Amino acid sequence: MYENPDGVKIGLEVHVQLNKLKTKVFCGCTTDYHNDPPNSHVCPVCLGLPGSLPVINKKAVEAAIKVGLALNCKIEEHTQFYRKNYYYPDLPKGFQITQYDFPISSQGYIMIEGEDGELKVRITRAHMEEDPGRLVHEGTIDKSKYTLIDYNRSGMALLEVVSEPDLRSPKEARRYLDKLRNILEYLDVFDGNLEGALRVDANISIMGGQRAEVKNISSHKGAERALLYEIVRQKNVVRRGGVVVQETRHFDEAREITLSMRTKEEAHDYRYFPEPDLVPLKISGWAPAIKETLPELPDARRMRFVEQYGITDDHAKALTSELKLAIFYENVAKKADPKTAAVWICDVLKGELNYRNLTIDSFKKEHMLSVIGLLASKNITEDGAVDIIRTILDKGGTPEEIVREKGLIKVEGDIVETAALEAIKENPQAVADFKAGKEKALNSLVGAVMKKTKGRADARAAREILLGKLG
Amino acid sequence: MITKKDLEHIAWLSRLELSEEDREKYTPKLNSVLDYFGELDKVDTEGVEPTYHVLALSNVFRDDEINSPTKSLSQEEALSNAPKKHDGFFKAPRMM
Amino acid sequence: MWASINELRERIHADSSEEIVAEYLERIGSSKLNAYITVAKESALSRAREIDSESNDGPLAGIPVAIKDNISTKGILTTCASKILTGYIPPYDAHVIERLKGAGAVIIGKTNMDEFAMGTSTETSFYGSTKNPWDTDRVPGGSSGGSAAAVAGDEAPLALGSDTGGSVRCPASFCGIVGLKPTYGVISRYGLIAYANSLEQIGPFATNVRDVATLFDVVAGYDVRDSTSVDREEKYSSALENDVSGLKIGVPEEYFGEGTDEKVEKAVWDAIHKLEDLGASRTEVRMPHTKYALAAYYIIAMSEASSNLARFDGMRYGLRTEDSDWHTTFSQVRAAGFGDEVKRRIILGTYALSAGYHDKYYLKALQVRTLIKQDFEQAFKDVDVLIAPTMPYPAFKLGEKIGDPLSLYLADVDTVPINLAGVPSISVPCGFSEGLPIGMQIIGKHFDEATILKAAYTFEENTDFHSKRPEEI
Repeated sequence: MYENPDGVKIGLEVHVQLNKLKTKVFCGCTTDYHNDPPNSHVCPVCLGLPGSLPVINKKAVEAAIKVGLALNCKIEEHTQFYRKNYYYPDLPKGFQITQYDFPISSQGYIMIEGEDGELKVRITRAHMEEDPGRLVHEGTIDKSKYTLIDYNRSGMALLEVVSEPDLRSPKEARRYLDKLRNILEYLDVFDGNLEGALRVDANISIMGGQRAEVKNISSHKGAERALLYEIVRQKNVVRRGGVVVQETRHFDEAREITLSMRTKEEAHDYRYFPEPDLVPLKISGWAPAIKETLPELPDARRMRFVEQYGITDDHAKALTSELKLAIFYENVAKKADPKTAAVWICDVLKGELNYRNLTIDSFKKEHMLSVIGLLASKNITEDGAVDIIRTILDKGGTPEEIVREKGLIKVEGDIVETAALEAIKENPQAVADFKAGKEKALNSLVGAVMKKTKGRADARAAREILLGKLG
Repeated sequence: MITKKDLEHIAWLSRLELSEEDREKYTPKLNSVLDYFGELDKVDTEGVEPTYHVLALSNVFRDDEINSPTKSLSQEEALSNAPKKHDGFFKAPRMM
Repeated sequence: MWASINELRERIHADSSEEIVAEYLERIGSSKLNAYITVAKESALSRAREIDSESNDGPLAGIPVAIKDNISTKGILTTCASKILTGYIPPYDAHVIERLKGAGAVIIGKTNMDEFAMGTSTETSFYGSTKNPWDTDRVPGGSSGGSAAAVAGDEAPLALGSDTGGSVRCPASFCGIVGLKPTYGVISRYGLIAYANSLEQIGPFATNVRDVATLFDVVAGYDVRDSTSVDREEKYSSALENDVSGLKIGVPEEYFGEGTDEKVEKAVWDAIHKLEDLGASRTEVRMPHTKYALAAYYIIAMSEASSNLARFDGMRYGLRTEDSDWHTTFSQVRAAGFGDEVKRRIILGTYALSAGYHDKYYLKALQVRTLIKQDFEQAFKDVDVLIAPTMPYPAFKLGEKIGDPLSLYLADVDTVPINLAGVPSISVPCGFSEGLPIGMQIIGKHFDEATILKAAYTFEENTDFHSKRPEEI
């Protein structure tokens, strides 16, 4: 049972860009703007020019329903768009088209791994809205002499996923975000690697106090850091005898701190009213057909992997935590021993990729199959296999080429015998230690044999031979 | 009744800077209109649905196709009316 | 002078569009009406030459059309008669402009209006008032006063306006011409700079019903860029028959109430009797919620306007004042750029939507809107059209009402219910009072423009009010 000593309550509002659509939510501008100059993918609509009118992208609505269903939400009978009236330079119309009453989906949940086992995090609602533009400040927002605006992002379809304050620690918040992102990628509506794809506003309170809303969090790691900072800040306020006030704070990603945004704009009164330029949607009838098309989601796939391939739950979890990884694994597991594949992909390949900040796209499944094949036929050692994987990632090439170039074919018999004799001769201290009962000394002798054979000896065989000679 | 103080708040909510003189001038005129709006209190609207859209349209969409139905502008066109710009960006004042 | 489309077509055929356009430009140049904010002299002449050289056979080939300055015209200054849009040259055409260009029309200029269409007299324009061609001491009506004065003053044969609460019909009535407010959704609003989206429609002006129908044919029709646009392709000009036999006219007594000028009342009744003589029948109908229409209309219009006008912040286009912090600059740009009436409406609209007042004002007004819509539905169960005065009185004097916003709002009493219900209404000349034109409106069912055009045409064919012209100019 998790005690939650500080009484932390966190609710997250996650803004997800439906960036796999071809066009923005209300106009025909492309969503593919990430490498292009500012204000080069805008039109009268997303620039908010006088007289322009929005028209709803049908695919965006379908994607939103898909997500709603995957988050176990109810899809509403009647949904419509509202204007949220507030002013910020990234908002070209002086209001944002969003949803208010009648959001497209509500009352769902996701399961995450909590501090003390499975945790059900309730989803209040997941509603559609348009993304504002992007602001560039010279230096920091509080010091910059002017504000630059790029509206390429303006009008991207967003889904705002609002959770109940069910999260009890920054770690749980990060896991929630990982899970959400994972589900979105499975649904093929979202590419989390694009800049600005996922932004988070976090509401956090401690010990039943007022909550602060932290804005401008742009990654799951950022969320964890912002929340950790915020807990410490709020505890310090309380410890000094103060009271945490309800306010909006801005996360400064570079400094990893949150800043108060208390300016005159704080007096929010959004004056929501139905967007007169868009007509209501009656789309609950679409849900059953869309549900049919939902792909297998991470939890279901994890259970299937355990059952179908006989791998451990930990491996299944790691493999399904990323859609591409899960697909990679299944492609390998179809043609090789699934358990060996799970071990090599989870325990070796994934670590090597993470270390290099690479994704699974950097490794071909054929190469994984070759490595497993070479191991199965006892042509290479495990050390050799690791070497192959590292070399492919660092320099490229195929496993076969690397085996040839580095001479990684496993050595046996006389070569290992000779290496063992040399190792014993050259390491009298280790031999003495071993004979005196220090079993660990044998490891350094095995290491010496491996070094002499350039890793091509089988470590277990080398150990046997050494034991025979020393025994 | 709107007081001059209320007016100050609403004007800020509307992002309209009003001078003391403006507030003095506007308050009675606004109140006479609001009085008139108060006429609606006499109408029994119990159980009456509001009319947001006068035609009963629903489910109007566009397809997810580039440049349809609105075409993108060039960067030059997009910025052509900007009072201030910088390196392809619109240039706005500082935030704080 | 005051040539019809058919007469102009013959002249263009005989001479050239360029000559016709040049004549209109000359009259505009020597006019004292201040009907235009921008005269598109060069582009109009070059377009006319183009039409002449390509023997364009579009329905409006070579014919000049004046455009209210709240309709977006690519490459031509578009100001909404507001200082805040100083220098704004749109990079795109409104749907109606595309349609006009496709029909061969020549955009001759952008007409004066009340700032952001907020007014009934064209006196709130940053570019000064437009004058009524029948009496230059009087207002042309509003908010599309420039468009109506241009047509009545022979500075354009055709014009487009927009009608949010009477802004086409009022100036048509005051200037003695024909103006149509179509059913909501019949003409795309794409490119119409919004005042109150849920109420407004673009509408055509001309000196006669046939030309209004021809212009309407060109600009009406479905547009995927406007989600409230309706897919109803119809040829309205072919509905024009000199025949009202069997037409059932409803006369709502609430439109002849207190404050209606006796001469206006009489002229409209005479017109109704005339139509009866021509074979129509008449019944009196009750529309009990009419007296609440004005308050409901203004609350809804101002609420929507307060949000529509939030985009004018001086960042992307228009006026920019000296920079301080962003929020302060924003409110200073708007303080400098908007006139008093616009500011008042933004403030009242913001108030009506604000926390604590939303239900009392905004929601209540929309509920009343439902009741008014039901009044129309009820009335149209028994009759084909409704006939009423367009304005309770003829054109008033410049400066007479501008100091008292409420009294000016009250002038819209007969026009706003039509916008709340979204039905079509055409204003046609039906008499004179001391030399000033009087207009009556013929109101139809949703999408039944054909019937009101036919009734208006028949009235016009059998009377001569529409052929009277102002002497002063």
